[in-house]
Amino acid sequence: MSDLRAAVAAGVFGAEEGYRSLLRATVEVARAIFKAKAASVFLLDEATDELVFEAVAGEGAETLIGKRFPADTGVAGWVLVTRQPLVVDDLTADTRFSREAAESTGFVPKGLMAVPLLAEDRALGVLEVLDRPQQSQFTLAEMDLLGLFANQAAIAVDLLQRARRARAALEGDGELGALARIASKLEEGDEERRGTGLELLAALERLL
Amino acid sequence: MTVLAHEDEYDEELPAWSLPAEARESIRIRAGWPERVTREWAWGGATGRGVSVCVLDSGIELDHPLVGEVQRSVAARKDGDTIVVEDDDQGDLCGHGTACAGIVRALAPDCELTSVRVLGAGYTGSAPVMLAGLEWAIDQGFDVVNMSLSTTKKQYVDRLHELADIAYFKRVMLIASAHNMPVESFPWRFASVISVGSHEQDDPEVFYANPKPPVEFFARGLNLDIAWLGGQTIRATGNSFATPHIAGICALILGKHPELTPFQLKSVLHLTASNVDE
Repeated sequence: MSDLRAAVAAGVFGAEEGYRSLLRATVEVARAIFKAKAASVFLLDEATDELVFEAVAGEGAETLIGKRFPADTGVAGWVLVTRQPLVVDDLTADTRFSREAAESTGFVPKGLMAVPLLAEDRALGVLEVLDRPQQSQFTLAEMDLLGLFANQAAIAVDLLQRARRARAALEGDGELGALARIASKLEEGDEERRGTGLELLAALERLL
Repeated sequence: MTVLAHEDEYDEELPAWSLPAEARESIRIRAGWPERVTREWAWGGATGRGVSVCVLDSGIELDHPLVGEVQRSVAARKDGDTIVVEDDDQGDLCGHGTACAGIVRALAPDCELTSVRVLGAGYTGSAPVMLAGLEWAIDQGFDVVNMSLSTTKKQYVDRLHELADIAYFKRVMLIASAHNMPVESFPWRFASVISVGSHEQDDPEVFYANPKPPVEFFARGLNLDIAWLGGQTIRATGNSFATPHIAGICALILGKHPELTPFQLKSVLHLTASNVDE
């Protein structure tokens, strides 16, 4: 791999790891602030129309990352599609929800708060906070707080997705991939070949 | 099955937009409003009888004790390149539509409820399906349409705006949830709908007029015991539950004053809001 390509790749890969850490930190803080049993971020995979566990704090943190479910079912699906935050308690009364939750997460939350992750006009995913203490009455101030966390998580998700797209472009057959391969060839060649190559590229630039 | 078409909305022959002197008498409107509009005048003794309310949401569970009879259930879904609206027996895919229907029913026990399910087409199909469901509801001429949902997708905003205006002049009152996050979303921002946010009080008939729109009214939306799947109730919070409170109150008002246009209905809501001085 050429120096140039390695440098770009290192930047992209490094960024991806950084943004994943930021997202993990966001769900951990959300869990701590709301004194909840768990918190998680689901990302929307538009290609398959599924929500994917991307970051989890607390209960289920080890096993859930990467699990998928249809993007328009259940509370998370409703929140994603309608863009409206929702807080529900006493969920164990909903037997269908309980079964689905148990199958996908290994435990049945009594209550959850779900809020969409929005960037400009796109919905990127959903932030959920599970099982905050039941004795506390929910307040609109907490709803606002949840919205603030969602904004922060949405920024991290947006950056993470950009980094992933950049990596895919660098490794793929598109323009960026082709340019990266040309850059490799130029760096590998002797001075004369590099000079000729750069002249050709300058001609191509003028042509375009 | 209904295949939706857009062409005929403006097909009527257009009149001249003016009022000749000899026509003045023909448009006389007898409002019969009292000097002071009170809640007693607006909906005292009303039950919502004769008023049709449509819940555009995740479906409504049939036979839920807090919802009672649902007149009709349809679903909008993609069928190739088009979207069809057809009768549906899937019930509720989430619980949310049932919750909204239960809130309307509690306030207006004798109104007619119809469910238009716009959830279930996946995320990518969600906005066009929502638009098709709304278009169907307007076409049916429901008196009130509860929309506890919104879209942020800009490419659908023009069409949504157009539909909201068509509804307004067709006397179909759209009641839409405001966003309680700082994002641009629709249709609640349009002046032709009634937009609703939450207050923290426990009384279903307490609502406030907001002197600083775009959110026009605040209704009960916090820690509510609401209908949910499996004939159950759960406790929940969200602007999406404040919205059907205003939908229910609108059903009461229209039950007693069926002649009201959306403009007049909004005025009655304003005059009877809990923060508007007598």
